[in-house]
Amino acid sequence: MKFFRSPQATPYLLLMPAIIVILAVVLVPLLVSFWTSFTSYNLVRPDSLYNFVGLRNYKRLWGNEDFWWAFGRTVVFITIALNLEMLMGLGLALLVNRITWGQRTLRTIMMFPMMFSPILVGFQFKYLFNDSVGLVNNALFSLGLITKPIPWLVDGFLANFSIIVAEMWMSTSIFAILLMAGLLAMPKDPIEAAKVDGCNALQVFRHITLPFLMPFIWIAMTIRSLDVARAYDMVKIMTNGGPAGRTELIWTLMTRTGYQNSQMGMANAMGYVSILLSIAFTIMFYRNLSKARVFMGGAQ
Amino acid sequence: MAEVHLSKVVKRYGSLEVVHGIDLEVAHNEFVVLVGPSGCGKSTTLRMIAGLEEISDGELKIGDRVVNSLPPRSRNISMVFQSYALYPHMTVRENLGFGLKIAGMKPEDIIPRVDEASAILGLEKFMDRLPANLSGGQRQRVAMGRAIVRHPDVFLFDEPLSNLDAKLRGQMRVEIKKLHQRVKTTVIYVTHDQVEAMTLADRIVIMRDGYVEQVGTPTDVFENPANTFVAGFIGSPPMNQLEGVVENGGARLTDGTLVQMPEDIASKLSDGAKVVIGFRPDAFAPKGHSLHPEDRSLEIALPVIISEPLGTETIIYTQLGGKEVQAKMLDPHPLQDGESLTFTLDLERLHVFDGETGKSMRA
Repeated sequence: MKFFRSPQATPYLLLMPAIIVILAVVLVPLLVSFWTSFTSYNLVRPDSLYNFVGLRNYKRLWGNEDFWWAFGRTVVFITIALNLEMLMGLGLALLVNRITWGQRTLRTIMMFPMMFSPILVGFQFKYLFNDSVGLVNNALFSLGLITKPIPWLVDGFLANFSIIVAEMWMSTSIFAILLMAGLLAMPKDPIEAAKVDGCNALQVFRHITLPFLMPFIWIAMTIRSLDVARAYDMVKIMTNGGPAGRTELIWTLMTRTGYQNSQMGMANAMGYVSILLSIAFTIMFYRNLSKARVFMGGAQ
Repeated sequence: MAEVHLSKVVKRYGSLEVVHGIDLEVAHNEFVVLVGPSGCGKSTTLRMIAGLEEISDGELKIGDRVVNSLPPRSRNISMVFQSYALYPHMTVRENLGFGLKIAGMKPEDIIPRVDEASAILGLEKFMDRLPANLSGGQRQRVAMGRAIVRHPDVFLFDEPLSNLDAKLRGQMRVEIKKLHQRVKTTVIYVTHDQVEAMTLADRIVIMRDGYVEQVGTPTDVFENPANTFVAGFIGSPPMNQLEGVVENGGARLTDGTLVQMPEDIASKLSDGAKVVIGFRPDAFAPKGHSLHPEDRSLEIALPVIISEPLGTETIIYTQLGGKEVQAKMLDPHPLQDGESLTFTLDLERLHVFDGETGKSMRA
C-alpha cells in the first residue's frame, strides 16, 4: 500500500486506465486465442477450451494442403492485386494531375468506389460476371466476340481473375489519391531543370518524378497490403471460396474452419501462422520506405 | 557560336498579354542582364528562351536555328534556377553528371568534365554529399556546375542569387563574373536587383510591364537613362525627380525654385512646357563637398531633415520642389538635424525628362 502513495507510483497510477483497457481489449484476447491454438477448442463444446493438445494443431496444419494453397493463393492475390492497383493508380494519378479544369470534381468522383461496402461491390461484380445474365458476357455476345458464355466465376482461374478485377475497381483510386498527394507536393523546379538538362518526358518521369513518388508508393503499398490481406467479404459473396476451393484465401478458410466447422483451436493456429505473412509484408514495405526516403535526400 | 535573337517575341496567357513583342540581340559571349521590378516579364522572357514557356508569337533564334518549337533539350542551353532545382536524390557528383549521362555520354568521358567543373567551382570536397547536406552557397555552386559541365551555347540564370544572404550574394556575384571570364559563353541573366545588373552585365535590358524600356551598357543606362522609369530604377540611392515648368531656360519647381537647365536642352523647350528634372544624389551636394564644383544650375540653402553617415560619405535628406530629395556629401563632417546648408546642383549631370511622356530630353 505504501508504494501506491509514493511519488514513484504516480506515472503508473495515471497510466492505469489505459493499461487496463489495453489488457482487456488486446492482450487478454491475444493470449486466450494463442492458448486455444494449443487446444482442441471446439465452439460447440466449451469445455474443450482446457483440452491442451500441444502442437497438434500446428503439426496438422503443416501437412494440410488446403491451408498452404490458401496461404500461397493469398500471397499471389496480394502481389498481383497490389502491383496492378499501383500501376493503374499511378497512371490515373499522372493523368488526373495533368488536368487543369475539373480536377477537384474528378478527385471526388474517384472516391466513390471507396464509399461502397465491399459486400455490395461483391454482389455487384457477382452479377456483372454471372455467366448467363451478367453484363460482361452479354456485352461480349452483343459485340460478337464470343459464341458461348464464359464461366467467369465457375472456372478456377477466371474466378480469381474476376475477384482481382473487383478488388481493383474498388481500390485503385486509393492508390491514385495517395500518389496524387505526392504529385501535388512535388517541386516543379527539378522537373524543369531535368528538361533543360536534356531529358525527354519519359526520362523526366524515370529519373525525377518516380524517385520522388517512391515513398508515397511504399506507404500506399503498406496500407493496402494489410487491407488486401484481410480480403474476405468480396470473396465470400462472389465465390465463397469456390469452385472447389480454388478461390479460398486465408480468411475464408479460417472462418470456415472456425465458425462453420467450429474448430476454433485450429482456426486460431491458422491465424497465428498467417500473422507471419502480414509481418513479412510490413517489414518489407517499411524497409523499402526508409530506403526511398533516404533516396529522396536526407529526410530521415 | 551562339547569338540569341528575339524578334517581336510575345507571351500570352489566354487573352492576357504579358510580354509585348520584345526585340533583343545578344551577341556571342555577351553577358546580358534582364532587369526590372517583379511582374515585368523578365523571367517569362527567360523561360521562353529556355523552352519552358511556349512562345505565343514572334521568332526566337539561337545561333542560326529558329528554336520556337524545339523542346528545351534540343536547344543546347543550360539554366540556373532561383531555387537551385538540384535533384534531391542524387549526390553532387550525380547532379553534375546527370545531363551528360542523359545525353548518352560514356562514364569515362563524363568524369573529366565533372572534375573540371568541380575544380572551377571548388566543389571537390562535397562531391559525395546530397544537396540536403549543403549550404545555400554550395547548392548555388552545384547548380552552376551542373550548367557548365554541359558546355552549352547559352547560359540562362533566373535570379540565381536572390535566395542567398547579402554577404554571400556579393561573393557569388564576383564568382559569376569570374566564371564568365573563364568559360566564355553567351549569358542571359535575370534579376530584380539593379546592383547585380550594373556589376555583371555587358549590356542591361531594363523591362517594365512586358516592354523593354532601355537597352545599353551599365554606364549608358546609368548616365543616360531613356526615361523617368529607368532613371528611378537604376542607381542606389535612386535619382531625385522633381516636376517643373519651363521658364527662361530653366525649370520652375512647385515651390518656386528656378533650376537652370543645360542650354542644348533648354533650347528645345518652349516656356510653359511641363518637365521632370532628375539628378542623382551625388550631383547634389553641400557646397565644397561635390565632385564638379564649377558648373552649377542651382545654389540654394536648405535645411537638413535627417542625415545618414556612411563613413566615406553622408546621405542627406532635405526638401526641394515640395518633395523629399537626397543629397550626397563627400568628405563629410558631422551634421545637426535642422542645420541649414548651401547645396549646389551639378548642371552637367542634370537630367530633363518630358513631363507628359517621361522620355529623356537628351536624346
